[in-house]
Amino acid sequence: MAESVKNAAAEITDAGIVGGAAKLTPEKIEKVINNVLKAEGGARLKTYVDICAHCGLCSEACHFYLSHDNDPKFSPAGKVKQTVWEIIKKKGRVDVEFIKRASEIASTECNLCRRCVMYCPFGIDIAYLLLTVRRICHKLGITPQYIQDTAHSHSATANQMWVKEDEWIDSLMWQEDEARAEIPDLRIPLEKEGADIFYSVIGPEPKFRAQLIYQAAVIMHVAGMNWTMPATPGWDNSDMCMFTGDFEMMARLKKIHFESAARLKVKKIVMGECGHAFRSVHDVGNRALSWKMPPIPVIHAIEFYYELIRDGKIKIAKKFDKPVTFHDPCNTVRGRGLHEMGRYVANATCETLIEMHPNREHNYCCGAGGGVINCGPPYKMSRIDGDKIKAEQLAAVKAKGAQTIIAPCHNCHGGLEDLIHHHKLDMNIKFLGDIIYETMEKPE
Amino acid sequence: MAWQKVYNGVAEGEIIMTDISGWDWDSGKKLISDISDWKKIYHWVEEPYVSSDGEKIAAVIKLPDDEVFTMCENGVAWENAFDRVWYPRFSPDGRLTAFISDTGEWALAVDGETAEDKYDFAWDTRFSNDGKNIVYMAQKEGKYFAVVNDVPWEKVFLNMTGLAVSNDGKRAAASVQTVAFKEADIVKFQEGCYSAVIDGVVWNNNFVNVWDIVFSSDGKRVAAGVRTNLYDYTVAIDGVVWEKTFASVWDPKFCPNDGSVTAPVRSSGKWFLAKDGQIFWDRKFEQLWHHMYSKDGNKIAAIVAPQFGRWTIAVDGKIWGATFGDMVTDAVFSPDGSRVACLGKENEKWTVAVDGNQWDEYDMAWQPVFSPDGKNVAAKVEKNGRYTIVINGKPIKEDFAAVWDPVFSPDSDKILIKTIETGQNENKYFRRVMPVADITG
Repeated sequence: MAESVKNAAAEITDAGIVGGAAKLTPEKIEKVINNVLKAEGGARLKTYVDICAHCGLCSEACHFYLSHDNDPKFSPAGKVKQTVWEIIKKKGRVDVEFIKRASEIASTECNLCRRCVMYCPFGIDIAYLLLTVRRICHKLGITPQYIQDTAHSHSATANQMWVKEDEWIDSLMWQEDEARAEIPDLRIPLEKEGADIFYSVIGPEPKFRAQLIYQAAVIMHVAGMNWTMPATPGWDNSDMCMFTGDFEMMARLKKIHFESAARLKVKKIVMGECGHAFRSVHDVGNRALSWKMPPIPVIHAIEFYYELIRDGKIKIAKKFDKPVTFHDPCNTVRGRGLHEMGRYVANATCETLIEMHPNREHNYCCGAGGGVINCGPPYKMSRIDGDKIKAEQLAAVKAKGAQTIIAPCHNCHGGLEDLIHHHKLDMNIKFLGDIIYETMEKPE
Repeated sequence: MAWQKVYNGVAEGEIIMTDISGWDWDSGKKLISDISDWKKIYHWVEEPYVSSDGEKIAAVIKLPDDEVFTMCENGVAWENAFDRVWYPRFSPDGRLTAFISDTGEWALAVDGETAEDKYDFAWDTRFSNDGKNIVYMAQKEGKYFAVVNDVPWEKVFLNMTGLAVSNDGKRAAASVQTVAFKEADIVKFQEGCYSAVIDGVVWNNNFVNVWDIVFSSDGKRVAAGVRTNLYDYTVAIDGVVWEKTFASVWDPKFCPNDGSVTAPVRSSGKWFLAKDGQIFWDRKFEQLWHHMYSKDGNKIAAIVAPQFGRWTIAVDGKIWGATFGDMVTDAVFSPDGSRVACLGKENEKWTVAVDGNQWDEYDMAWQPVFSPDGKNVAAKVEKNGRYTIVINGKPIKEDFAAVWDPVFSPDSDKILIKTIETGQNENKYFRRVMPVADITG
C-alpha cells in the first residue's frame, strides 16, 4: 500500500523534527518506543492493532486521502501502516528517518478528527493510534517546532499564547470597558466566588480575538447569568499538550483549570467556542487525572447558547439576513453530538440555513484541528492541500447561496480562513457568538 | 492568646492564623449594615466581602452620576474614588484592601489610603498570618516583581508567576523567567529559562519549569516542583534538586517539625507520596494530591483516587471507606490532627465528610471548619439557592441570601455566623454568635 517513506522524510525541514532527530540514535528510539508501548499501550492499543482487518474502509473517511486523489498513503490505515504497524512489527527497531516521517505523518497529516472511526467496521479509534505515535515522538523529542513552542507556553504560563498573568486580567478589564460603552452596567465579574458559571476561553481570545470576550459578556449580561472569570492561571481551557503527546503537562493544565473553577465554587464551566479544548476538558485531560467525567460539568458554548435561546433568556431582535451554512467541528459533533443544538441556534438567529454536504457527524474536518494548524507555517500548504475536499464542500454550499459559514470552533476558523483565502471562495466565517451578539435584543 | 485557623477562601492550603480572642463573643445578633441603604445611594453595588470577625462588610460601589468607583465599608464610602477598583480583600486583622487605578496606573489601597508607588498593573494580594504584612505582584514597564509592604523588589523579571508568601508575610517568592528567548525558540526554552526567586534573589540554577513554590513554616527555606527537561520532574529545595526524578510531581510541602519535604510523585503510571526524594507511603494511587500536614507535623493526609474515578482521603496512607465519584476537595485537619474533614461530590451533589462519615447532600459546600477542641465541624452550604451553616451535619434553623464561613470561639462553645437575610430583613447584614449546643443539641 504505502510508498517508501524515505523520499518524503528527506524533505523534512521543521526545526523541531530535524533538531530532535539529530539527537536520536536507533538504540534510543527502540528503547523509548518499547517503554511507551509497554507502559502505556495496554489492551486498547493491542486490541486495535489485532482486530484491524486491513479492509481500508476507513480510507473514504479521510479528507487527506480524498484530497490526494485517493492516495493510499494518506488513508487512515495507510498512516497507521507507515507508523504504528511498522513500529510494532519491528519491535521499535526503526531508524531516525522513519521516526522523522512518523512524526510528520502523525502531527501534520492527521487531524485526529475521528471521522474514520465511524467508517471502521470495528470502530477502531485511529486517532488514538496516531496520538500514540505523537506520544512516542514527544518522548523522543521530535515534535514539530511550533506546536512544541505552544506546549512550552502551556507549561510556563498555563495558557497557549504566553499570556502573562496581568495581561489576562487587563484584557478582561479592557473588554469590560469597551462593552460598557454599549451597556453601561455590564460587568465581567472577576473571582466572584459562588457564581453559577465559570466562563473559560482559550489563549487566542485575549491575544487575538478579544471581541469574543466582549460578546460573551454581553450575552451573559443580557441573559442575566450569574457568572465569573478567574483572575488567575486556569482561565485557558485549551490544550496543545494533549496533541503533542505531553500527557503529563496535559494533566497539569486540566488540574489547574478544574481547580480554578472548584476554588470559585461554581456549578458549571461554560466554555467558549473551541473544539479541541472541549475534547481535553470533557474526555482526555480529565481522565488523565483519574476524573472519569469532568468533576465540574463542562458546557460547550453551542449547548449553552442553545439553552439560552430555548429558555427565552436571549431573544432575537432581527435575524441575520444573509444565507449561512453550518460547519460542525469534529470535537463537538463526533465528541459530543451537538450538531442539532448548533442548528437550533443557527435557525433561531439566521433567516436561511443551507446545509453543506456531508454534514453533522459526517462533516469534513477544517484541516486545522488536532494541532495541525499549530504546527505552523512549515505545514500550511500541506494542510491546505490535504483538505481540498473541504474546499469543494464549501464551494458547493456557496453555489447554493451560502455566504457565511458558522463555525463554533477557533481552530476551524483558522483552517477555514486559509481554505477560503487559498481557493478564493469569498465567504465569511462567524462564530455563533458573533451571530447571537449581532442579532439579539439588547438593552436600549 | 487564642489562635484559630480561619480559612480565607482563596485557595486550599492558604490557612491564615488570626487572633480571635479579642472578638465579640457575646451571644446575640447584631445588625452591621443594611445594604439596601447603600443601594439607594449608589445603585451600583457589587458582591460584598466580609471581614473575618464579621464586624465589617464591604463592596465595590460606583458613585452616582459619575464614572468612578470606590469601596463602601459598613455603608461608608472611601473618601477617594478611582477609575477602577477590583480584588477587594479584608486582611486577617480587618483592614480593607483593594487594587485601584487612576489614569492607567495601579496601586493597592488599604482602608482608603493609597501607596505612593504606582504600577502598570498590580494583582494577587496576600497577607501574613497576623495580617500586618501585605504582599502582591506588580508589573511596571513590562517587568515583573513583588511588592512587600509597599516596597517593590529592586530586581525585576521578564515574567513572574505563582507568588508564594512566608507565614510572617515578610518574604515572597515566585517562579521567574531568567533567560530571554525568541518566539518559537524551543531549543533555548528546553535549556532552562526559569528559576525561583526569593526576596528578589534568584536560585543559582535554571529549570525548564518551576511551579508550586512553598516556604517552610519558619519561612527560611523554599521548595518547588521543577521540570529539569521535558520529561523529568522533581523537587528543588533552596535550589538543590532531589537526586531522583519522576514522571510528574505536584505541590511539595515542608514537614513542620523535621524540615523534610514531601510531594506527590508519578512513577510507572501511578502516584506515590515521596519524602526527600524517596517513595514514602507504602501504596500507590491512581491520583494523589493536596497532601497536608497536621499542625504537629506527625500526620499527613491527602486527597487520593485509590481506583480510577473514585476519590477519598488517605491519612498516613490509609484510605477512608467512603469514596466519591466526582471529586474531593477542601480537606482540612482538626487542630489536634486526630480528625480530617473534606468536601466530596457524587452525581453533582456535594457533601461534607468527616473521618469518612458523610452529611446531607448540598448543591454547593465550602471548606469545613473544626472547632479548636476538634469536637465540632461546621461548614457553609448551599441548597436550592439558599445558604446556611451546618454543624456536625445539622443545619441551623434559618437559611439566608448569603453566608460566610463560620468561626468557632476560642473555647469552642460558640460559633460566629455572618449572614445576609431575606424577607423583612432583606439585604441586611447581621453578625450573630450562637452557642454551638443550640444547634447540635
